[in-house]
Amino acid sequence: MAARSLLNRKTLATVLRRDSAALGATAAAHSRGLHTFTLPDLSYDYGALEPAISGEIMELHHKKHHQTYVTNYNKALEQLHDALPKGDASTIVKLQSAIKFNGGGHINHSIFWNNLAPVREGGGEPPKGSLGWAIDEHFGSFEKLVQKVNAEGAALQGSGWVWLGLDKELKRLVVETTANQDPLVSKGPGLVPLLGIDVWEHAYYLQYKNVRPDYLKNIWKVINWKYASEVYDKESS
Amino acid sequence: MSQETLEYHWGKHHRTYVENLNKQIVGTDLDGLSLEEVVVNSYNKGDLLPAFNNAAQVWNHDFFWESMKPRGSGGGKPSEDLLKLIDRDFGSFEGFVNEFKAAAQTQFGSGWVWFAYKDSRLDVGNAVNPLRSDEDKKLVVVKSPNAVNPLTWGYYYPLLTIDVWEHAYYIDFQNRRPDYISMFMDKLVSWEVVNSRFEKAKAAVEQMEQEDERKRRQEEERFTSDEAPANAVFPDSDTD
Repeated sequence: MAARSLLNRKTLATVLRRDSAALGATAAAHSRGLHTFTLPDLSYDYGALEPAISGEIMELHHKKHHQTYVTNYNKALEQLHDALPKGDASTIVKLQSAIKFNGGGHINHSIFWNNLAPVREGGGEPPKGSLGWAIDEHFGSFEKLVQKVNAEGAALQGSGWVWLGLDKELKRLVVETTANQDPLVSKGPGLVPLLGIDVWEHAYYLQYKNVRPDYLKNIWKVINWKYASEVYDKESS
Repeated sequence: MSQETLEYHWGKHHRTYVENLNKQIVGTDLDGLSLEEVVVNSYNKGDLLPAFNNAAQVWNHDFFWESMKPRGSGGGKPSEDLLKLIDRDFGSFEGFVNEFKAAAQTQFGSGWVWFAYKDSRLDVGNAVNPLRSDEDKKLVVVKSPNAVNPLTWGYYYPLLTIDVWEHAYYIDFQNRRPDYISMFMDKLVSWEVVNSRFEKAKAAVEQMEQEDERKRRQEEERFTSDEAPANAVFPDSDTD
């Protein structure tokens, strides 16, 4: 899955360019056979998605929220790494929720940054080619897809994500929601995320306050359909 | 907690829950019930009905605003009775504060953290604890996700709550939830309100105990009278 290759893309060389405290831990972990994760860089500036999403939000979202998921995910993985050879079943089981929360947070946000692009780099351009046709086939039209995603995203209670996914088994597109940081695969093992929209309040609050529907209406202007199409083509072949 | 936060949190979020709830229940079975009844009924033992989210969030936010007082309007601290139980159940007041803060920091996603007086009773109509003691009632810190609150669990008497949905702190603290929690505990909690809720909870629990005692004595008297009840069954009877 394209997203997973993104996660593993950080080579030791890239890791060594990070700050010493983190690098120390990561290098040591690498040598013990534990792969830990680092915050992926954005391929655009924090302010590049304005006015749809403010630079202030993008910076907090990436540098604070996503970074915290990465940090805590690594911590949980270290603890798991220690508990596994000891056969410490109760610790192993206790760690599952931290792994799901933080690992899910890292996975989901990594996909999300790829789902966004500045307008001058194609953000907002509707999908063409096979994904465009598939959307028309499964939803009737691109507008109907947008309506459905927005409705489900707005109706989601609390924190979570709204997804456009590919069901590899049934060979069809689906719109799904997940709670908290549950990845799309938690709704079905054959589901591949093409597009995820974060509807946790931190994703829009400073700019849109309680009006989540406005955030959903505007985010389409910076959705990177090129990435979603690439994933779709790769996974549906 | 800034004015801007209150304008949005109370003026938009809370207000929207109220307006939407009213629209939802008009003309239904829930219309005319008290807010608490709507919450418990729509919780529907976990199989949530549509009105639950709005109803519970209305109740939660009412409870939250009432739990606070403006900065500088008198300190207030736990009453002697409450402090005694806090010491018993948390070791010390600091122990309680630390547990409350830790719970608030680790509630993942949206939700609430509660300081409550819990009466230990089985959720079965005729279950009576024959050896009731003060140990059965304890102070606890509990977390709940999204709109869920202790009313839905029964036998909890909430004393204090903190809203840890991001909208409660994002304007003032952004991602720094621990700072928000510390500020809330240090500067905003109204202990006068907590104390009075505690007194009411104790009184309610005592009343239930007296009711139970009365019912138990009535049952005893019935069985020690010479007439066996018409529908009595004697499974250990030797005949047949």
